[in-house]
Amino acid sequence: MSPDILNTLEVILNGLMAGVMYSLVALGFVLIFKASGIFNYAQGVMALFAALTLVGIQTGQVPFSHLINVMFGTNYHNWSNGINTVAAIILTMCVMVLLAWLVEKIVLRHLVNQEPIILFMATIGLAFFLEGLGDLMWGANIKVLDVGLPSGGSFWLEDVTKEWASEGSEYFGMYIDVLDVWAAGIAIILVVALTIFSQYTKTGRALRAVADDHQAALTVGISLRTIWVVVWSIAGFVALVAGIMWGSKSGIQFSLSLIALKALPVLILGGFTSIPGAIIGGLIIGVGEKLFEFSLGPLIGGATENWFAYVLALMFLMFRPQGLFGDKIIERV
Amino acid sequence: MFYRESGDFKSTYSADQQTFPIKFDRIAVGVILAFAFVVVPFLINDYWEKSILLPFLVWGMAALGLNILTGYCGQVSLGTGGFMAVGAYASYKITTSFPELNMFLVILLSGGVTAFVGILFGLPSLRIKGFYLAVATLAAQFFLVWLFNKVPWFYNYSASGMITVPERTVFGIAITGSNSPPWATYLFCLTFLVVFAFIARNLTRGRIGRSWMAIRDMDIAAEIIGVPPLQAKLSAFAVSSFYIGISGALFFSVYLGAAEPTEAFGIDKSFLVLFMIIIGGLGSIFGSFVGAAFMVLLPVLFKNIMVGGFGWPTDMVQHFIFMLVGGLIMFFLIVEPHGLAQLWRVTKEKLRLWPFPH
Repeated sequence: MSPDILNTLEVILNGLMAGVMYSLVALGFVLIFKASGIFNYAQGVMALFAALTLVGIQTGQVPFSHLINVMFGTNYHNWSNGINTVAAIILTMCVMVLLAWLVEKIVLRHLVNQEPIILFMATIGLAFFLEGLGDLMWGANIKVLDVGLPSGGSFWLEDVTKEWASEGSEYFGMYIDVLDVWAAGIAIILVVALTIFSQYTKTGRALRAVADDHQAALTVGISLRTIWVVVWSIAGFVALVAGIMWGSKSGIQFSLSLIALKALPVLILGGFTSIPGAIIGGLIIGVGEKLFEFSLGPLIGGATENWFAYVLALMFLMFRPQGLFGDKIIERV
Repeated sequence: MFYRESGDFKSTYSADQQTFPIKFDRIAVGVILAFAFVVVPFLINDYWEKSILLPFLVWGMAALGLNILTGYCGQVSLGTGGFMAVGAYASYKITTSFPELNMFLVILLSGGVTAFVGILFGLPSLRIKGFYLAVATLAAQFFLVWLFNKVPWFYNYSASGMITVPERTVFGIAITGSNSPPWATYLFCLTFLVVFAFIARNLTRGRIGRSWMAIRDMDIAAEIIGVPPLQAKLSAFAVSSFYIGISGALFFSVYLGAAEPTEAFGIDKSFLVLFMIIIGGLGSIFGSFVGAAFMVLLPVLFKNIMVGGFGWPTDMVQHFIFMLVGGLIMFFLIVEPHGLAQLWRVTKEKLRLWPFPH
């Protein structure tokens, strides 16, 4: 094979990996949208918040230490030298469940029956709140998250692909980050787990019932409030997984919350109501933007990844306004 | 007692159709305008100009623009920052290419350029609605900022990639650049805001405004009763972008003086303007200004209290303000989804009946 083909292949593979990462965030959106019709803008910030909390607990920081120190003139920073990663993940999950419960109790309960756009804006408010809270709790410095996942290039793949290249060509093998492969694997497990959960458990059935029709679900005795807490907890869990993956990849910093914006075109491609759609949409966007940057980027100044996803989604919408797998939009007067 | 229509008889059509039908409103607006135009320029200093009045005027203009699109026509846009960048770069290109051109004209022309770009990015709105459209406008936001970063023609091939405004005068007084006196820049922006607020108020009362509101309330029904969606939506995009373009041009040339697209016109600016109109009130001119004032004053106030009063570090106060803004938005949506303007409306109703409510 010629190096050009191999390079393109490498770009496509890396795009697929990046796409999986987008899908992870988009998944959280779809879950909440299906169950409550709320477009949860705060999903990205939830990932950031979860990752921050995880690092904070893992390294044994005192929450709000900066604030306490400033207010009372004390000097607390850590309460221990860090705890076991698994325990930290479980504790973080508890925090996310608590958050879900609070969100339902304080915000959503009062906004039932409001227009979707009002709910959307409320989640933007929530995003800002969480962003400030996360920084205030754990400090705003960039943190390194290490949960023991391997990272770096795969030498095995590099050697294998080097042999594929034709004799005498300058080709040094593909670079695929092992962490990305792990992320892909975890994403697949997550989707399978979610599917099993929603198909074969009682709560899962209730979730699907609520997604189909709120009022009908209420009449057969499903508690909407419990379901919302469950859904937001699951979304919190997905956010935690996404936060761990993105955090291990590029450190935990403010820009993590911006991946929420990247998840929007993914959702548009896949449709707001489809879990497989979120995955496939993520893959299309990931591969599309990497390929575009690789082939046309150098000609028009580079950094096209900033906008390509949105423009692609825009083009797509012109032909299919409900996305690839979304329910058909029926409008009645 | 003093705020009511009764007894105020109109004998001509023009008196009946005037912008403020209630006498008290007319007097109040007149007094506020007189104060803003005559008294404030004598009191203003650098601090008030740079940290309160100019930001208020500029963001008030942007909020007005977005409110026309989102509040009146119901098309959610997250591309405000990008359109402001178009206004800023248009004013930069125009004023550097034609240095003799009057600054008023430059700003208006940049508004026109932005209106054109706005129509282009508004085209998808004919097919896409709601959240889908919001994402489509994100394309405008990111694409435009990228464009101004990457194409050197826009920043006149300057080495830093930034645009810096040259000194321009109106009636012999500098209004851009570092030598401009605070009162001149203030009056310059104020004139724009007042004139365009007046125009917006009357646009929204007229045929165009009503077609926007019909589209907002239910586009299919509006189409059936004969409101052309193409015209209504695109005119909303055009007018809104015109306003936002003017605000961007003022923001860059009068307020900032020098700008770099990612920093000055990022996505956070789009959200800021969106918050202004949510807090102020969707579909209300008055609400745009209250929202802008709220979002401009809140950080200044908290910074003064917390940094000045308690001596907290600045970055922590910044996080606190984030939390507060987020919390307030949720609070307002829960307590009063129609914003501060609705509170004012309720107060007015009460005033009409005061002191003898039924």
